[in-house]
Parts: sequence; structure tokens; C-alpha cells
Amino acid sequence: MAHVMTHPAPGGSQTPRRRRAWRDTLIGWSFILPNFLGFALFTLVPVLAAFALAFMEWDSANDPEWVGLENFARLWNDENFHVALRNTIYYSAGHIPLTLAAALGLAMALNRRLRGVEFFRTAAFFPYVTSLVAVAVVWNMLFNPTAGPVNLFLEAIGVQDPPRWVASTDWAMPAVIATSVWRDMGYYMVLYLAGLQTIPKEYYEAAMVDGANAWQRFWRITIPSLRPTTFFVLVMLTIQSFKVLDLIVVMTDGGPGRSTLVLAQLIFREGIREGEFGYSSAIALVLFLLVFTVTVVQFRINERRSS
Amino acid sequence: MTTLREAPPAAGPGPSQAGPPPRGPRIFRRTLAYVSLVAVTLLVLLPLGWMVTSSLKRNNEVFTIPIEWIPREFRWSNYVEIWEQIPMATYLGNSLYLSVVITFLQVLTGSFAAYGFSKVSFPCRDGLFLAYIATIAVPWQAYMVPQYIMMQRADLINTHLSIILLQAFGAFGVFLMRQYYMSIPDELCQAARIDGLSEYGIYRRIILPLSKPALASLALLTFVSTWNDYMGPFIYLTSNELWTVQLGLRSFVGQYQADYAMIMTGAVLSVLPVMVIFLFGQRYFIQGIATSGLKG
Repeated sequence: MAHVMTHPAPGGSQTPRRRRAWRDTLIGWSFILPNFLGFALFTLVPVLAAFALAFMEWDSANDPEWVGLENFARLWNDENFHVALRNTIYYSAGHIPLTLAAALGLAMALNRRLRGVEFFRTAAFFPYVTSLVAVAVVWNMLFNPTAGPVNLFLEAIGVQDPPRWVASTDWAMPAVIATSVWRDMGYYMVLYLAGLQTIPKEYYEAAMVDGANAWQRFWRITIPSLRPTTFFVLVMLTIQSFKVLDLIVVMTDGGPGRSTLVLAQLIFREGIREGEFGYSSAIALVLFLLVFTVTVVQFRINERRSS
Repeated sequence: MTTLREAPPAAGPGPSQAGPPPRGPRIFRRTLAYVSLVAVTLLVLLPLGWMVTSSLKRNNEVFTIPIEWIPREFRWSNYVEIWEQIPMATYLGNSLYLSVVITFLQVLTGSFAAYGFSKVSFPCRDGLFLAYIATIAVPWQAYMVPQYIMMQRADLINTHLSIILLQAFGAFGVFLMRQYYMSIPDELCQAARIDGLSEYGIYRRIILPLSKPALASLALLTFVSTWNDYMGPFIYLTSNELWTVQLGLRSFVGQYQADYAMIMTGAVLSVLPVMVIFLFGQRYFIQGIATSGLKG
């Protein structure tokens, strides 16, 4: 092999080595190329283009023109952008903690050594493989203001005048959040189940010998031991929440009014429906920076806590 | 019963006999555990159960006060009529076509590239891989507009090809497969090289057979996410005969808002294929999520 020759003699023996490196490069590229061509053309180029387009003015009628920060100035004064940003943060503030709690709860409930527990785990994962259109269809009907099961239940337990959910500007977002928590919790449950299985049993046994009750064991052992998992789940949930799009499009389409309009949807409307390529890319850049910043901050906090 | 050891399906016979000290009679505690499991599961599945039972009702029976969880008579005819009311067969066919082609290309090119990234060393290799990783961090929503412009210029709007090109070469597949290949020892490849196998031979005869679980994970994750995708077809496909089942169902809801039962029938039909696939391959599905923690 080539690495046996630590000091290759100049001249003669250099050539086969170089030829070998050449061959490896050719072979390596031949493996990568079929995927790389598609990846470079349809992902890498669009990603780079998105950054450049944010500083250009370009709509379907006119040629692209470099305008510097003009798109961002326009953003600053665009009321739709403010509404979408606020709604995205609202959605995230509900979706992130609730999904986290629901996923952890499910994982705790299903982390038992019982015969047939696999069946229950599969069932809890079902909502996640259900298509968003079906999810939206079913939940829109569940949330039907007059005869939907949700409101019938609320009336049965004595709630006077239950909310009108997706038909009202105040309650549409909570309805969307509830739906998304239901759909996503099974996915994060899988990650929590994996995390729970790494906690040594001896910890619990020792705590029980010391007389710790279930509540204390949960807060003193389970939660601290799950910290790496929770961190990972938190990062994933944050990214997922900020870029929410399809659920909103199929469930409320941003309405009623602008009450559930989110950033990704604004990109879609301005860029693809209106053909404002430059302006929509500026919104996209803001969305990316938002996701990026939050992720970096989370990593920093995690580092500080671990040290 | 009390002396019988619980037999967990996954864990082997370990020194777990000690366990938590039993407080009450074991059978009672176990029953309680099952009751709570059933309760939690029912709660999670309630919306899906309601979807299925509603799909077997008349339109005017879906919203009744109080709620009827089980229909008085099962209207299986809904499942016959829906094929006449909307071109369900075309929609299902389109969904199947896109899902199969994209999954095939993703698994093939992804595993091929992953071999190059993990088992062949050449200059710039890791820099190139970094480009793959970096794009995973950028949300798709941030570059959907440039993709759309490209497809528009290439005159590929309203073709299945546009969706295939955009989704078949994702970085995710390469990432997932590379993770797995890294766990296969290099010595195995070295030995095969000494035996005179070419790199392509090593990939086909050694790595591929060894990575069946990872291939299955990637195939399932890709298939399900393509089948369930809404935004891609929504952006690119405008003619009815090209629509996927997701688009078809969405437009059905818009057109026949009061056909509640029929809408539910459509929803069940759109979910059924994925559920069946998931039930058969759930082990690989969940492995894929637990190891990569990322989705397509």
C-alpha cells in the first residue's frame, strides 16, 4: 500500500503513487457524481441563489437588478411581514413546549417492559405517518364550531360558549397548534424512548433504597439523564416550528384574515404566487437567519450547562 | 403467575430479576399498567378512529348530537362511490409512481455516493460532504423560490419530472447511508481489495448486502415522505390528471364541503397504503429516525 512508503524516493516510485491517487479520485467521483449532479443543480445552486436573490429586485416581468438592502427596508415596513413573524413566534411558543411535554409523557408511559408494548408504541406513532391533508381534514371537522366533537365535549363538561376554533381569528392558531402537537408527538417520542433506555436501572434502584418517591425520581434522575435527548429534541422542534408551512396551507391557508399567516407561507405567496423573486428571497433569508441564530444560541447554552 | 418472569421482546435474559420491589400483587399492578396504556393509546388514536367510523356513515350522520362513535349501519358503499365521484385511481397511481421513482433514485444514488464519501479517499472529499451537510441545515422553505424559477425556465412546471428532479437527490439519503457505512470496518474493504475486487465490486458484493437495514430505513422514510408530500405537488402540478392523492383529496374537500362522510372516505384511502407499509416496515422506519434523528 502507498502509506508504507514514508519517504518515497524521487522519480521512479513517485509515479505509481500519483497514478494511484488519480485513480482513487476518479473512482471516488464516479461514486458521488450521479447524486452530486442532481444535488448540485437542484439543491446547492438554489440555496446559493436564494442568498444572492435577497439583494436583488427581480419579478417575473423585469430583469434582475442589484438593489443592496432595499428588500430589507421594504420588509421593515411591510405589515404582512410583521404579522407573519409574530404568528410564527406564536406558533413556535405553543408547538415547541407542548410537543416536548407530550412526547416525553408518551415515552414515559410506553417505556415499560410489558408484553405487547410494541403494539402501543406503533399506535402512538400512527399520527406521524398520516398525511397532513388527512390530518387537516379530520381536525378541521373535529374543531367544527357547532357540531364538532371537540366543542360537544367542551359543552358536556360545562364550558359555556366554546371557541369557534378555525373559524375565529383568536382561536385558529391554538387549533393549528393542537393539531400539530398531536401529529408530531409520536416522532419525538421515538427519540425520547431511545434516551430513556440509556438510563441505567441502578440509578432508580439506589433512589428507591434512599426512599425517593416517583415524583422525585422523575425530576432528579429521569430529567437530568435525558438532557442530551431533550437538547436534540429542542433544536429539531425549533427548526421545524419556524419553517412550518404545509400544515397551515392545508388547514387554514393563513386565515381567517391573517390570523395564521406564517413566514414560510409569505415566502410562498410573494415568490411563487406573485413572482416577486427578490423580495421573497429576502424573507427567506430572514427565516434562515432566525432558525440559525436560535440553533446557535441553543448550542451555546447547552455547552455552558455541560461544562 | 407471580413467579413467571416478564419476557421483554428486545432485552435478553439479564440480571434484571431484582427490579423494583413489588408493592402490591403483581397481577394487579400489571393490569393497571395495561389499562393506562390502552387509555393513552385510545386518546391518541381517537381522531383516526373517528375518521374511519365517519367514512362509513351517511353525510348527515357525521355531525350528530350526541356523537355516534359507531355508525348505526355501515355504509361500505362510500368506498365504491368515491371512485366514481373523483378520479381516485389516477390520483393513487400518480402518488405511487412518484413515490416509487423518487425512492428508487434516492436509495440508488444516495447509497452509491455514500460509498464514495466513506470508503474511497480523495482530495476535497470532506469539503464536498460539508456542502451536503450545510444544505440540510437550510430549511427547504428558504430556497423553494429559486427552485421554482429554475423549473419555470426549464419549462418543467406541471410535469412529474419536476418533482422527481427536486426530490430524488436529497442530501438526506447520502447522510443517512454514510452514517451507516462509517460503522462498517474499513478492514473489510481492504481485505476485499487484496482479493482483487474492484471498488464497484466491493460496493455491490459486500457493502450493499451488509447495509440492508439502512437501505430499508431510507427507502421507507423516502417513500412515506413522498407519498405524504403536499407542497411539492401543490406548487408544481396544475393539471388534474397529474395530481397526487393529497392534492386530489384537498380539492375534493374544497369542492364538496358538505360531503363529510365522503371526504373521510377519501382521507382513509389516502392514508391506507402508507399505514400498511409502515406496519410491515416499522422496525426499519423507527431505526432510521432513532439513528439519524432527521427526516427527509
